[in-house]
Amino acid sequence: MNDPSAASPGPLPTIPPLVALAMRPLPLLPLQLALGGVLQRIYRRNPAIFDRLGDHARARFGIKPIDLPFAFVVEARPRLSVVRDLPRGLDARISASLANLLALLEGRVDGDALMFSRELVVEGDVEAVLALRNAIDDAQLDLAEELSSLFGPLGAPARRAFEATRGRVIASSGHGEQSR
Amino acid sequence: MMELICPAGTPAALKSAIDAGADAIYCGFNDETNARNFPGLNFSRDELRKGIALAHGRGAKILVAINTFPRASAVDIWHRAVDDAASAGADALILADIGLMDYAARRHPNQRLHVSVQAAAANPDAIAFYAENFGARRVVLPRVLSVPEIAEITRESACETEVFVFGGLCVMAEGRCSLSSYATGKSPNMQGVCSPPSHVTYEQTAEGTKSSLGGFTINRFGSSEPAGYPTLCKGRFSTAQGAGYIFEDPVSLDATTLLKGLRDAGVTALKIEGRQRGRAYVESVVRHFRHALAALESGSEAEIASLKPFTEGQASTVGAYRKTWR
Repeated sequence: MNDPSAASPGPLPTIPPLVALAMRPLPLLPLQLALGGVLQRIYRRNPAIFDRLGDHARARFGIKPIDLPFAFVVEARPRLSVVRDLPRGLDARISASLANLLALLEGRVDGDALMFSRELVVEGDVEAVLALRNAIDDAQLDLAEELSSLFGPLGAPARRAFEATRGRVIASSGHGEQSR
Repeated sequence: MMELICPAGTPAALKSAIDAGADAIYCGFNDETNARNFPGLNFSRDELRKGIALAHGRGAKILVAINTFPRASAVDIWHRAVDDAASAGADALILADIGLMDYAARRHPNQRLHVSVQAAAANPDAIAFYAENFGARRVVLPRVLSVPEIAEITRESACETEVFVFGGLCVMAEGRCSLSSYATGKSPNMQGVCSPPSHVTYEQTAEGTKSSLGGFTINRFGSSEPAGYPTLCKGRFSTAQGAGYIFEDPVSLDATTLLKGLRDAGVTALKIEGRQRGRAYVESVVRHFRHALAALESGSEAEIASLKPFTEGQASTVGAYRKTWR
């Protein structure tokens, strides 16, 4: 249980611009293959996401971390593309810092609260975005567990590393473990 | 101790509410029978049965909101919702329509019934009508009453009273507001959606974010200005008298400081709004009020985290509870 007397959490940190600049030349294909595998695993393990997406299961979402030099196009089929810039013709675009996007995926932050504080920007089909947000919030994803699946026999130490990184990011902002 | 009634839009949020200390959780079916009929939200029949089993196993109650007004051509949908919630073992049904209340009272005479805030029952005579005719045991009071008015109503009513303590602040006569319907053809009263997301657009402009509902501009927020929901009642409009918030600022209700007054007024239960919110909101807000109630009971000073990050417009008010404008 988190300490209820703790101060309210502040904003999650962003990736420093110099680090983002250094990431700019990186090839996107390896990242796309890895994250595409993670997305397939998430959908395979959480079929209820499709039910909650309902009529929006075919929507194409553009996800733009504002502190990274690339973006993601995600479809519930599932399919994921990593791109330098989001293309036209998407059903909806969602942009926020990488930390906020990951926290949203795990249900550690409230999407409406991020909208109120202007840390989350939504454009396009708002209904599709709400369906996606609610479907993901219900799925109770653990990204450390999902990402560590990429590491095969090294999954356990990879998971511990992801959990430690997540813990440091959360602690730096005052967010507790309230949503676990 | 006053009961803490908490929202859940998904099974995961229901579990979060239980973990955080909810005495009861209110939720609804994933259709137009409840007033939070948003995409990706709410419960299937199977999810409700499992949710009730989970809650009862942990000593919590489940209240099922069937609080929209049945359409004349489709009353069966609402009747089925009442039957299914009762047979699933709901601890109470939260209803607004008197026809549906009558149906529930006749078909399920042992089922506990609560009067939804959507019924806008705001005086002892109206409440007595529900209690005497349908056996309603509790009324959720509209958010337009002061604490002394709540005390008077509670004293004169046969029903238990439940009041909102946090979340979206509906400033209109609930169940009778047609603003959303005027702009979009859909309302919380009939379709279960206030400002349906299918009619909402956000546009990034040089001046900031412009929010629109059904083609009507609701607001334009500067890049660092806190935002609110795209509802007409919280819109910023230009009039002959100037530009500003005509009805209400984008702000959330927070009655943390009024818990003692509400207890002394005889209120039975405290309700947290927000079935459309995520697990992080449910967890934090429920824990906040559980801690505040424990402090109230023990007579100690509550040192509790601010709920400001969760508030609309990053601001809160005690609303009509401390009415100064009348």
